[in-house]
Amino acid sequence: MLGKLSWAAFPFDQPIPLVTSVLVVLTMLGVLGLVVAKGWAPYLWREWITSVDHKRIGVMYIVLSQVMLLRGFSDALLMRSQQALAFHSAGYLPPEHYDQIFSAHGTIMIFFVAMTSMVGLMNFAVPLQLGIRDVAFPTLNSVSFWLTASGVLLVNISLVVGEFARTGWLPYPPLSELRYSPGVGVDYWLWALQISGVGTLLAGINLVTTILKMRAPGMTYLRMPMFCWTSLASNLLIVAAFPILTATSAMLLLDRYLGFHFFTNEAGGNVMMFMNLIWAWGHPEVYILVLPAFGVFSEVISTFSGKPLFGYRSMVMATMAICVLAFMVWLHHFFTMGAGGDVNGFFGIMTMVIAVPTGVKIFNWMFTLYGGRIRYETPVLWSIAFMVTFVIGGMTGVLLAVPPADFVLHNSLFLVAHFHNVVIGGVLFGAFAGYAYWFPKAFGFRLHDGWGKAAFWFWLVGFYVAFMPLYWLGFMGMTRRMQHYEVAEWRPWLMVAAAGAVLILIGIVCQVVQLIVSIRRRDQMRDLTGDPWDGRSLEWATASPPPAFNFAVLPQVRGQETYWDIKSNAVRSGALESEPGYEAIEAPRNSPTGFVCAFFATVTGFALSWHIWWMVALGLLGAFATFVVFAWRDRVELEIPVERIAEVDRANRSARLAALPQYAGNAG
Amino acid sequence: MTIGAAPSAAEPVPHRLGRDDDSVNRSRRETATGPPSKRVIVGYGFWIFLLSDIVLFSAFFATYGVLAGATAGGPTGRQIFDLTNVKIETGCLLASSFCCGLASIGVGLRNKTMFHASMAITFLLGAAFILLELKEFADLVAAGNGPGRSAFLSAFFALVGCHGLHVCVGLLWLLTMMAQVLAKGFRDDILRRILCFSLFWHALDIVWVALFTVVYVIGAMT
Repeated sequence: MLGKLSWAAFPFDQPIPLVTSVLVVLTMLGVLGLVVAKGWAPYLWREWITSVDHKRIGVMYIVLSQVMLLRGFSDALLMRSQQALAFHSAGYLPPEHYDQIFSAHGTIMIFFVAMTSMVGLMNFAVPLQLGIRDVAFPTLNSVSFWLTASGVLLVNISLVVGEFARTGWLPYPPLSELRYSPGVGVDYWLWALQISGVGTLLAGINLVTTILKMRAPGMTYLRMPMFCWTSLASNLLIVAAFPILTATSAMLLLDRYLGFHFFTNEAGGNVMMFMNLIWAWGHPEVYILVLPAFGVFSEVISTFSGKPLFGYRSMVMATMAICVLAFMVWLHHFFTMGAGGDVNGFFGIMTMVIAVPTGVKIFNWMFTLYGGRIRYETPVLWSIAFMVTFVIGGMTGVLLAVPPADFVLHNSLFLVAHFHNVVIGGVLFGAFAGYAYWFPKAFGFRLHDGWGKAAFWFWLVGFYVAFMPLYWLGFMGMTRRMQHYEVAEWRPWLMVAAAGAVLILIGIVCQVVQLIVSIRRRDQMRDLTGDPWDGRSLEWATASPPPAFNFAVLPQVRGQETYWDIKSNAVRSGALESEPGYEAIEAPRNSPTGFVCAFFATVTGFALSWHIWWMVALGLLGAFATFVVFAWRDRVELEIPVERIAEVDRANRSARLAALPQYAGNAG
Repeated sequence: MTIGAAPSAAEPVPHRLGRDDDSVNRSRRETATGPPSKRVIVGYGFWIFLLSDIVLFSAFFATYGVLAGATAGGPTGRQIFDLTNVKIETGCLLASSFCCGLASIGVGLRNKTMFHASMAITFLLGAAFILLELKEFADLVAAGNGPGRSAFLSAFFALVGCHGLHVCVGLLWLLTMMAQVLAKGFRDDILRRILCFSLFWHALDIVWVALFTVVYVIGAMT
């Protein structure tokens, strides 16, 4: 009846997972109870859960990523404290638990923190920057988000029911094959990633179509803001790479469920094919994550330097070069496979070649800063810290790209330090910069600057204290994923790294406080004009928060920095452009399709992990029925009346007119 | 664009050089008129999806290519492929694609009878394809040559089965579209879905042609 599921799946005998599970469940129940008690449920359902508005969906992605950051970071604290204690002793985490923790940490941080925060920023900002009203397929967008949430839920259910994978963040066979991992952990990983992977693929298709087909009149490719370009490159990579992840996971699933022999040791299976396939997805994934962050930095640096981005065209070229090269370097993840000197040499050189367009970008950012009147707001601090940190991470990457060096450093803590250096210094700093930069656009008030800067400094110092020792430990021969160790020389460095993790913890606390303080003092930090940073691209041309329809009339684009030109003209003439002729707008209706569909996806994924076949059938049937119901609806759109549009736009116009003098010193 | 092509620029501000401003090629810019129709966007988006689906198949093709020789003492393709069966399958699928094309013409003529008749034949041919494939699979498993026999057979079953699964989903979609047209008529959004469906169905044909060549023809020859 319930497949492999029984009471033994619950961690009654293990105190740490049990307490955590109970706390998580209680927190969730508490939140649900609060929502019900305060009567927020109808509002949340109407305005957020069923919303197909790209801005709302973007915000929900970011909320999801920040909640998951807390989860992934608590795993990091467990690991750092375990390694600080486990010298000549077993520490406090038994190996089978420790292995789940590092697997969950990597999975969550890459897929559900880095990925969701970048997809969230793209969802929020790209349509606004393109001067349009929504993405190409709004309901599909909601489906994408909720499928991602479904994957998140499955990974977190594994905390309470059963176990998570003990194989590392990528389930390398033969360890992940049924013979060596008979539990449900790997199955949870596979189904969670299949479901959220489909969500990501659909999001990628959606944004590619949006960027290539739906731009404001006059916005040619070379007038798109840089963030749109990097988003385009990132989403092209999603479309080209995520199907490989789906296929590879499907093969491992077939091995585990139906006795296939793709990656087994017997019957001709080929373990190294898994490495090739997974990294043919995995390396582009790295650029899927970091390219949007590059876009954020481009926007932030240009805005806060008060200058157009230096070398726009070379930036476009560099972005697209990275997009292509991303597919030609995957083998550097396993130089030690033994493919031979010529193959390793080719991939080593290709890897170093990627540093060239990246270097072009770094120089472009520096030249944008050069001679600018830089305002050191929080987003700029993240951007400058990124430039320094990412260059260090990039250089250690070039070092690892040298095959002989890689043979020494492979799977050592040097590698761990390297990818944390680029993922935290690149992606996460980019996510934080974008969060601070677009927060006022999303909510109509700024984040508290002091707490933001405090968070920045703790994060930055904490990062260096936590990860620079790992480079050194790598040189000293310490390999990754060690539950305990006997080498006395390692210990001081691991203690330092643990102290760094505590500093980062303080940084995260500052971020939480920042959010609370900002919400409580929102009236003092209102953004009335919709342009709090003296911005240059079209998202600042509308109110904060933007109305559901984004723009009262689609802006006519006449140059690369349309909004800056509009603003300069307004400052020079002391008046806004004459009021446009408003027309009623057709907006897509909200739909619970995404939420319901993801509910059934979660049921299916859970049932598949535990071999509950009737529930699988039920889940699939439910998902199909959801789509049929969606396809059958008769009213697809609702009309926003022209009076409402005029009212919103006039209010924003008068606020902008009143604020015109304060821009006079900058624009023009 | 060259720097010299900007004759009317008011002042040569350094950071403006080489930038995409209206002063250059104004006439070309004015042609861009904003987002195209929904039909174009939906079709375009679905093409992107199809490309991603082709990437999915490429992964299975590549795997098959790597594992084709890994028979682990089991049978090779030449020993187990029944080309007669495969030829009939191919005929069914290609004919179904032709009928799907007729259904599109029926949509163009707004002729419900033609649409339903063509879609029904498309369904029957597709279902015949699936039944023949299932028979092939069942025969192989019965002879002890199931996917667990060798890595080669694993790759074979996965690649062919992945295509078969797509056809099954297509059949389900086909029935849904017939029901939709029956219930709602040729509404704009339904027309867009039919467009996507026919793209999907023809794409599966193309994949099958590659599959027929790489798996069956080359497999039976070597």
